[in-house]
Amino acid sequence: MKHLLTLDDLGADGVREILDLTDTFVEVSERQIPRVPALRGKTVAWLFYEDSTRTRLSFETAAKRLSADTLNFSVSSSSVKKGESLRDTVETVSAMGVDAMVVRHSSAGAPHRIAGWTDASVINAGDGRHAHPTQALLDCFTLRSNLQSFEGRHIAIVGDIKHSRVARSDVRAFTMLGAEVTLVAPQTLLPPCLDGWPVKVSHDLDSVLPTVDALYLLRMQKERMTEALIPSLREYSAGYGLDLARAAQLPQHAVVLHPGPMNRGVEITGEVADLPRTVVLDQVRNGIAVRMAVLYLLLGSGVDLTTTGAQ
Amino acid sequence: MTPPFGGVFVARTEVLSADDLKRAIWRMAHEIIERNQGLDNVVLIGLQTGGVWLAVLLGEALEEIDGNHPPVGSLDVALYRDDIGLRPVMPEAVTDIPVDLDNRTVVLVDDVLFTGRTIRAALDAIADFGRPRSVQLAVMVDRGHRELPIRPDYIGKNLPTRRDEAVDVHQNGVDLGEMQK
Amino acid sequence: MIIIKNGRVIDATGDRTADVIVDDAGAIAEVGADLATPAGATELDAAGCIVAPGFVDLHAHLRQPGREDAETIETGARGAALGGFTAIVAMPNTAPCMDSAAVIREVLDLGATAMCEVVPSAAITVGRDGEALSPMAELAGLGVRIFTDDGTGVQDDRLMKRALEYSVGLAPATGGAPVTLAQHCEVTSLSAGGCMHEGEWSSKLGIPGQPAEAEELMVQRDIALSRATGARVHFQHMSTGRSVQLIRDAKAEGLPVTAEATTHHFTLTDAECASYDPVFKVHPPLRTEADVQAVKRGLADGTIDAIATDHAPHTQSDKELPFDQAPPGMLGLESALGLALTELDLDIAQILALLSWNPARIAGIDDRHGGPIEPGRRANIAVLDPDHEWTITGEAMASRSANCPYEGKTVKGKVRHTVYEGELVVIDQEAQR
Repeated sequence: MKHLLTLDDLGADGVREILDLTDTFVEVSERQIPRVPALRGKTVAWLFYEDSTRTRLSFETAAKRLSADTLNFSVSSSSVKKGESLRDTVETVSAMGVDAMVVRHSSAGAPHRIAGWTDASVINAGDGRHAHPTQALLDCFTLRSNLQSFEGRHIAIVGDIKHSRVARSDVRAFTMLGAEVTLVAPQTLLPPCLDGWPVKVSHDLDSVLPTVDALYLLRMQKERMTEALIPSLREYSAGYGLDLARAAQLPQHAVVLHPGPMNRGVEITGEVADLPRTVVLDQVRNGIAVRMAVLYLLLGSGVDLTTTGAQ
Repeated sequence: MTPPFGGVFVARTEVLSADDLKRAIWRMAHEIIERNQGLDNVVLIGLQTGGVWLAVLLGEALEEIDGNHPPVGSLDVALYRDDIGLRPVMPEAVTDIPVDLDNRTVVLVDDVLFTGRTIRAALDAIADFGRPRSVQLAVMVDRGHRELPIRPDYIGKNLPTRRDEAVDVHQNGVDLGEMQK
Repeated sequence: MIIIKNGRVIDATGDRTADVIVDDAGAIAEVGADLATPAGATELDAAGCIVAPGFVDLHAHLRQPGREDAETIETGARGAALGGFTAIVAMPNTAPCMDSAAVIREVLDLGATAMCEVVPSAAITVGRDGEALSPMAELAGLGVRIFTDDGTGVQDDRLMKRALEYSVGLAPATGGAPVTLAQHCEVTSLSAGGCMHEGEWSSKLGIPGQPAEAEELMVQRDIALSRATGARVHFQHMSTGRSVQLIRDAKAEGLPVTAEATTHHFTLTDAECASYDPVFKVHPPLRTEADVQAVKRGLADGTIDAIATDHAPHTQSDKELPFDQAPPGMLGLESALGLALTELDLDIAQILALLSWNPARIAGIDDRHGGPIEPGRRANIAVLDPDHEWTITGEAMASRSANCPYEGKTVKGKVRHTVYEGELVVIDQEAQR
């Protein structure tokens, strides 16, 4: 595998293998010196065309724990503002001899274009509303730690699915691994067409709560109000926000996930955010290990995922 | 099974029988006790994957002889190798260091000593876990062809080989043969 | 003098094998069987070929003035000639916009030496801003017969109604010839931010979509306004099944409406966008397979009058952007005939009607283009080989740009020779200047 653009580059077996490999890197992260020389001499560049402190820090920590060198190409300080084309930027960074580019872009498909212009491995760290494969992998890893398996499990994804790359990748990942997924949102926050999506849809969070093994809350962005997608955040919270009363309707074992940053008081109340079943910080921790696994697979092992099974 | 990866080992000659193997382990256990004047502070670390079961057997032998069972751990050095690409990280190859290694005597255990690169990687890895007082090396087979200044302290069997041959150390003995695609 | 020998002559009047002689004044001199080659005449063998009136494209973006790095009138017209077109209607979204006599005169001047007739359209509103009417009578006086804000539709209902009303009274400026308002149907409040058809694929790919209703609502409105004003409305690049049906109904009602469909809207679907390659980004967007079939039915039953190219060159650097940031548009002039012959299951005469005499009538240039191949007519002729197989490549085209969505596709049917005003501008698939 050369690039990680979407989870389809991995397939279900590839996702499972990354999750297995992530265990190794969780162990590395727990060491006194959480650093191994596996990617010594490799250079990873960040091409972040959209702000994202969390994802960038997570990738950067992962790369450093693998001893890779890192280059930071951030839009505000670069030639993008001077009108340099995306292709010129990519070719320039390529010419510096990088082994991988971690790309965050506000346009769907930008990493796919970039992959055509460079010999480096391209890792999609979020493109528009399209995909966020490493987020989905860390979500899967976190869920697997809590639920053991996906087969027959029911996961509800709640919130602004229409504009969410996390939701698109998570739906793909969760269903790929055998879970049932229900999307819970007002109709205006669902994708306009769900043909081909192996999901159920509900507008009634309360009826869904008792049936789930995990609840995935998405960040509700305030600007959605001005686009007339919802009347107000207050009305959204009343219908789709998770408060203590609603959390009490969840089965005992069910966990609550959120990609962060949380809007306390909108999609989740402060009290629920601090419950033990809300595993947001586990997601952050696991994110580093998952990204170590991805970087190692693309740059380190030199082994195609599909062939490791035989050994 | 040890590297190289890819291919199937085909045995040609039996080098050690199951009994020979047991006797070699027994002898190496004695040497470890003798060299270290007992087992105080000794930790056995088996290298994934071929050295782990040997470390376990060695630990059992030491207990039988000395009455004390030293801590036994395992170490996967895939992330420390300088010849990355030859061996992927295998999720089942767990690193488990059961005790703090500071001021301990660490005995690394592996099945076959060949170029020495695995041991070099293991020394780097051990350094990340602590600062042992000394590190010693026990291998079941030393087949020669060293590429680094590394020498074992305890040897089950010295076995001159050709570079293109392969050695398989398993529970029922040691075989010499070839890897076939 | 030129003699085109042994071709199968097809025009609006019928189909026969005949030789055609073109005189030095640029007119057709003689049509008949086994004509003797006049002394000094260039002889073209058209055996196995079809001799037809030259094609007319109702919809080409020539980028001049303003974006000469993407296309010029000269290069656009050369591509047109290679595609068998002897007239192309230039869209007004240039910079500056074609909304004044000065810019129209510049385009006419530049077009005077081109390899086909360049027919300027003009903007309906000043600057295509949708706020004030352009000087329509003055522009009609310069020969403009089609007004359009193409690239965007006229959003304001009242303004569009006024424009249609005004267009009805332009006879003094045109010498009695009617003018037509051509609409790019897109309600921008519904389509804003959309970069492809809104549906299964946009949802999956995470690319913001434009719903079909954004087009259909404006088709519906302009049909109503045509009914109210009696003005001629031409619907540009119809792309949805419901749009086609709305026009079918309007025609059945007897309203003075016409419509075009582009080659890409009857050959490509929104599934192409899965590559994220902006070469497939176009407005209106590529639609679903059902829409493609509906457009084909519309072409077959006469609901849609013309095949247009919506030839829209963009430089490589403009297309080397993420899908949502790249400008919409694709090349079309040189591939139109091959695609029509390969992808449409229609009689050759029907395809020629869609490419030649129907659009010539809509553009108001049927006195010199699209007419029957008969003595006395202007010699604007395409000679095409319907069986010639070739592979489409953007780089090989005459355009300054190469944003062709059919890269590597093999089609059947190519123009062999083109005669424009009696001049052999294309011989054996080669542009002569």
